[in-house]
Amino acid sequence: MLFKNVLLGIFVIFSVLGCSGQKGDLKSTVTVWHWMTDRAAAFQELAKQYETLAGVKVNFELYAPSDAYAQKIRAAAQGINLPDVFGILGEKRDFALFIRAGHILDLTPYMDANSATWKNSFFPKALAVNEFTPNNSYGIIPGIYGVPIDILTIQMVYNKKLFSHLGLNPDQPPKTLDEFLKIGPKIKAAGLQGLVSGWGETWMINCFASNYAFNIMGKDKVLATIRGEVSYTDPDWIKVFSVFKQLQDSGVLAQGLVTMINKSAEQLFANEKAVFAFNGSWCVNVYQGMNSKLEYGAMLPSQASAKYPMSIWGGAGSSFMINARSKNKEEAVKFLIWLTAQDQQAYLAKTTNNLPANKNSLSEIPEVLAQFSRGMDYATHPNIWGISEFSPVIEALDRGIQSILIGEKTPEQVAAEVQKIKEKELAKRRVN
Amino acid sequence: MTLNQMKIKATLENYVFIFPAVIIFSVFYIIPFIWMFQLGLTDWDGISFTRAFVGLHNFKEILQDNNWWQSVRNAGYITLIALTFQNILAFMLAWACDREIRMKNFYRVIFFIPPVLSAVVVGLVWRFIINDVEGANIINRVLVQLGFSNLAHNWLSDPKTALTTVALVHCWQGFGWGFLIFLAGLQTIPRELYEAARIDGADSWQAFKKITLPLMVPVIVLVAILTVLGTMNVFALIISLVGGEFAGHTSVPVLRIYYSMMRSSRFGYACAQGVTFGMMLVVISFIQYRFIRKPGKIKC
Amino acid sequence: MLNRFYYKSKKIILNSLIHIFLISVAITCVYPLLWMIVSSLKTQETIFKDISLIPSQLRLENYFLAWKAGGFGGHFLNSVVYTITVVFAIVIISSLAAYAFSRLRFKGSKLLFYMFMIAMMIPVPGSFVALFMLLNKLHLRDTPIGYILCMISVGLSVSIFLFKTFFDKMPQELEDTARIDGCSKFGIWWHVALPLARPVLAVVVVFNALNVWNEYILALIIFDSRRHMPLQVALQAFQGEFVTNYPLLMAGLTITALPIIVVYLLMQKYIVKGVASQEVFG
Repeated sequence: MLFKNVLLGIFVIFSVLGCSGQKGDLKSTVTVWHWMTDRAAAFQELAKQYETLAGVKVNFELYAPSDAYAQKIRAAAQGINLPDVFGILGEKRDFALFIRAGHILDLTPYMDANSATWKNSFFPKALAVNEFTPNNSYGIIPGIYGVPIDILTIQMVYNKKLFSHLGLNPDQPPKTLDEFLKIGPKIKAAGLQGLVSGWGETWMINCFASNYAFNIMGKDKVLATIRGEVSYTDPDWIKVFSVFKQLQDSGVLAQGLVTMINKSAEQLFANEKAVFAFNGSWCVNVYQGMNSKLEYGAMLPSQASAKYPMSIWGGAGSSFMINARSKNKEEAVKFLIWLTAQDQQAYLAKTTNNLPANKNSLSEIPEVLAQFSRGMDYATHPNIWGISEFSPVIEALDRGIQSILIGEKTPEQVAAEVQKIKEKELAKRRVN
Repeated sequence: MTLNQMKIKATLENYVFIFPAVIIFSVFYIIPFIWMFQLGLTDWDGISFTRAFVGLHNFKEILQDNNWWQSVRNAGYITLIALTFQNILAFMLAWACDREIRMKNFYRVIFFIPPVLSAVVVGLVWRFIINDVEGANIINRVLVQLGFSNLAHNWLSDPKTALTTVALVHCWQGFGWGFLIFLAGLQTIPRELYEAARIDGADSWQAFKKITLPLMVPVIVLVAILTVLGTMNVFALIISLVGGEFAGHTSVPVLRIYYSMMRSSRFGYACAQGVTFGMMLVVISFIQYRFIRKPGKIKC
Repeated sequence: MLNRFYYKSKKIILNSLIHIFLISVAITCVYPLLWMIVSSLKTQETIFKDISLIPSQLRLENYFLAWKAGGFGGHFLNSVVYTITVVFAIVIISSLAAYAFSRLRFKGSKLLFYMFMIAMMIPVPGSFVALFMLLNKLHLRDTPIGYILCMISVGLSVSIFLFKTFFDKMPQELEDTARIDGCSKFGIWWHVALPLARPVLAVVVVFNALNVWNEYILALIIFDSRRHMPLQVALQAFQGEFVTNYPLLMAGLTITALPIIVVYLLMQKYIVKGVASQEVFG
């Protein structure tokens, strides 16, 4: 008897749960999947505004953390089940794969419409990340496939108060690598930490290394290396790897840098335990939350060589793409045009301390953020180089640099190892 | 009913017992598993709708992948520490709580707190406790107070100690399970056996050796197998404690698989890695399981 | 006389050592829990700066904010429903199967059991994608039933293994008596085996409850909208790409940890010395 009742109970629960049918929506709805926790509230506010304005309901759904979001997008892509608007977190290579699989709407016609008004409202570098140029190595039809909704640059920041403490001029951050290295012993003597950054997360090491590579040998040689025309054992590359050794030896890097996650690095800098940080412009929002009284400024990484300009990574921060198979394509496009318009971008910039992608919206941002935006002139990004390095090579490079930092390998050893892997990868491609 | 009909009914009844489990298992495990295995034979990137069959190429590549084998060695190291340190600790605690001591129930609840906490919290807190740079540096401070200042160390940022530290935190989070299962096992040993032994003049150590241990062997093996499986979850801890692979010093197979899938976009290769790893676990677990069939010699 | 003194003091020393041992381990277990709770009452600015366990101000509103921001109300209910259903189903299904493997003789029993064991050990990486595709084909994606069935399958192997280990150790006499008394196989399972296995049943309940309660990646991928999402998904979402509101996250984590602790408190009562034989005969 009890058994039967239990079975009945199970049956009832199952039937109740089984009913998940969604009633058809009478209004058009545009569904957006995003991962930006700090902007969730701002997005909801904008969605409300748009609904009154255009009569179209916009459904922002937050799925975080970003690793989980990336997995969700990939699964949905496989199930041909993507929402109207979404983002792709990953490299250009992945972006290309999505386009080739037919998931992404080509936005070039909309960008070029009305004498390219939409296109011209953006910072050119912000669009470049979402663009595939003619003769790109990914085999994608040239065009613009995504919309940037903010930009960011990754630079260095320094604590002005600690600078004075160390006897340095807070308005003159070190311009050359030698000046930077000299600060190392002073930091150690004062019992502080030097540069903090999320170098446990290897991509940040890659970014830093890339910046110095551009500075030491210039963009062309770096791209030539990726193409396989220059070896990683070239003296210029050894110079790049040696920069890390020099930094480590001078004491200007924080302890335990290799195991640091970026969030810990941000803590340290916000709590004024670290003098420098290598971080992106999103950090303005983060530091604001952790220590609103922090006095700091942004600077370019100190130049190792005067031959070529220092470069930093920058460009589109977060971008949205439109599902090519969406039933609400036109509405989605209209919404994104509105979202990236001057006023909305200014609103987002003000409420979330992120740099706007619309070049006309820079008016009301805090000074530090403005310093970050000025770095855009020096900005580049792997996604606009038109070619990607093989991921095993990137991995070997990042791990190799980590080994240099903990003193396990020399720059020459790492260079040789990376080159070996590069040659293996090239050989694989030649055979196919 | 004829004898035959009764026989058939009996057999059918037997099958009904396992029917729900087998059905669900076949649909939700076997099918995805076969699919995964097939994918291991391709070079699929996880996104495109086409994929090329590459046969055993991925598996051959795994055999030569030094990063992979380093991660396997690391996982083996962590498992070894868990099998010894964690399980001996769990057993001792379970045994202690099995006796009649005060506050027994209090301890039973407290020891299960670590498994309940999410990996996020465990990582954050332990990072906070251990780290001397951004944390409270409690462990080193305690060591200095106790006079062992030369032992103070950068536990998490020194490549030599990072893996062991991660392993120990993993043990901390996992011993609660061993504790629980051992406790359950100890409870099923009838009290009468102990009483009989005491009447026969045996002291507690002999009772332990002759009664407790032999009867607990199946449970010990069960916990050992679960421990080996539990090592798979250490990757979440690794990410929150040391940020990633730490130049390979803290990489583990699950992490490598995740990177293959998401960073290198090599889904097919990731599946091959998963299958390989699984096979290794199966072999290890079966060796452990056979151990119950041939229990160690127990002299009476 | 001296002998008795010797034994008594030996007992006292042994007991004290045991207590010291237990207490030191207990302290390491309690500290993180305290840290989590205390941090949930701090502010974003002080959470890492102020290392004391006593917050200077008690921001209880963090809990309200976390509840609201995470939409915890509906998600909490979802998690509860999923957990109860899955745990209940697993207990029934796996104990049935384990009893069969342990006590009933039929063709293929060993083979099937080994298959379940092997399944336990092979991590199917990215199995989320495979399950996603499977559910899609079965038109069960984005339905609670699909998720529940997946979660049942995930927990089956270990539960069967746990049950079988304990069933194997059960004394045969009780079952034989029941069979002589005319009990059917199901009756033996329900009236003899399960009650005897109360300790391991408690472990199975706790194990699966914890797994389902803490699961989030499968739910995240399978469900299309937030409506069916369990609590963990909402909780994990507090971790932004750049900004994590730590106090809110800690408040959320505390809220999430409570029900599981309650389940554990309820279940661990069953892990006691069974006065089993009397229950069955009486």
